Amino acid sequence: MSNARFATIALLAGVLLIVGAQWIQNDYFFNAAYTVLMYVILSTAWNILGGYTGYVNFGTAGFFALGVYSSIVLWKAFHPPLAVMIVVGTLVAALAGVGLGYLTMRLRGHFFAIATLALAIMLFTFVTNWDYAGGARGAYVIVPREVPFGFARYIRYLFSVMVLLSVASIVVARVVERSRLGRGLAAIRDDELAAECAGVPTLKLKLISTALSGGMMGLAGTTFPFFISFVEPVGAFDLRYAVNAIAMPVIGGMTTWLGPLIGAVLLGTVQQLVQVTISSAWNLLIVGLLLVGFVTMAPEGIMGWVFAWRRRRARRS
Amino acid sequence: MSNSERASHAASLAIKDVCAGYGAVQVLRNVSLDVANAQTVALLGTNGNGKSTLMKCIMGMVRPSAGSIIATLDGVDHDLVGMPTEKIVDLGITLVPEGRRLFPRLTVEENLLLGAYRPAARSRIADNLAFCFEAFPRLAERRNQLAGSMSGGEQQMVALARALMTVPKILLIDEPSVGLAPIFVSRTIEKIGELKERYKLTVLMAEQNFNQAIRIADCGHVIVHGHLEFHGRTRAELSDNEMVKKLYLGA
Repeated sequence: MSNARFATIALLAGVLLIVGAQWIQNDYFFNAAYTVLMYVILSTAWNILGGYTGYVNFGTAGFFALGVYSSIVLWKAFHPPLAVMIVVGTLVAALAGVGLGYLTMRLRGHFFAIATLALAIMLFTFVTNWDYAGGARGAYVIVPREVPFGFARYIRYLFSVMVLLSVASIVVARVVERSRLGRGLAAIRDDELAAECAGVPTLKLKLISTALSGGMMGLAGTTFPFFISFVEPVGAFDLRYAVNAIAMPVIGGMTTWLGPLIGAVLLGTVQQLVQVTISSAWNLLIVGLLLVGFVTMAPEGIMGWVFAWRRRRARRS
Repeated sequence: MSNSERASHAASLAIKDVCAGYGAVQVLRNVSLDVANAQTVALLGTNGNGKSTLMKCIMGMVRPSAGSIIATLDGVDHDLVGMPTEKIVDLGITLVPEGRRLFPRLTVEENLLLGAYRPAARSRIADNLAFCFEAFPRLAERRNQLAGSMSGGEQQMVALARALMTVPKILLIDEPSVGLAPIFVSRTIEKIGELKERYKLTVLMAEQNFNQAIRIADCGHVIVHGHLEFHGRTRAELSDNEMVKKLYLGA
């Protein structure tokens, strides 16, 4: 399927989801769905660097928070339209991604992972001490009274925006995956030295990858202040974003765009269900158990099963 | 593309007084070495003497602390020191890395296509692929197999073919014999000789298997503890040398 065709179908599916969801009466559905979609974007973003390029990023929360805080600052200063905040927050996080790429270009494996963690902690310290953005106290965002495009409630509008942003992220991931860029990234993942020998411009490609991945993580955070209306650093930099953004692609499968989507929808939904039926305290425990289970029994994730099943069927026929 | 077209370039390499190392450890001391156009030069030495480091210096992966590395291509001199690796590959200098280093989770064909990542090679990708499959018929049969699932000898063929996909003028080969069964060592060496003759490549080959390497080398250097200790201008000179006998033949 060509990229244009895939994008059209994905967009249609997104619009159908938005229109169909308006028949749902329970507003809590939109809260839960917002969170799941946020994870769809985060894990798709993580997978571009972690799955395609082979660089494990523990700093998801840092990039996410960059998106969150750029929206807060813009909102306090100018009250711009949501679209402006989405674009600016994404660019800020993408820029941080390029910075991370430059600073860590010689690091691999554990060292890179530790550097990303350090970046998140540095940003956390910075934001905690930045008074204008609320500092350690946190910042309130008053959600606009009038809801755009005739949606019944603001959360329904936010949900619809998130559906479109998820569609965009997935389309970007698929385009990257099937392009020359994607092949170059796969070469870096498999063997960086060999990639260099083959003339793959590894540094340039890694910078593109960190920028795309970081930017999309920021994108996931840009609408977050309007979702929870009160943001404080501990919440914006929560470790569970980083853990989930890794766990979801691992569970879904890291080699295709579909893996993070499946992982995020599955794990995100389970977490939402557990949160309302038992307690949110169980969420990380569930993630941990699933992660251990998948890493030991299905290291290629759910998509790995699908591929193995397809191969078996092809051999039989 | 005809073979003569591939061969119409003159390419040589001049390494002068190169020193290099990692941190405080100095690996290469004043290494000077010339590879003349359409010659095969063997860089002989046992493990840990600096063969791979010299290869990496030429490819811009390790920066020498002193000395110069000049590649002369079609009459134009290019100073390789300080140039990024992808630019060096762009010039037409390619390394077949030690231990083959394929992309194991990609197919044979995808491995080869990655060899043609540089812009100049991309436009002729179909021709080059056909050419590689002609040179290595075995790979044509296995084009859709994952590279990681092939035997060592076949993997070495993929590594050589992947390097040829960049349309090199100067081919650097780091220890082609490593980890191969004796029969594959001799076949690999023969293949390198054949490719070099056919396409008039300029070849610098690092190798510890002395007897195999001198079958195709025009001349050779023996490297000991990061210093070139002996230059044999001919095969006979190399095999007669006392040091070579001591290092390789246990005499």
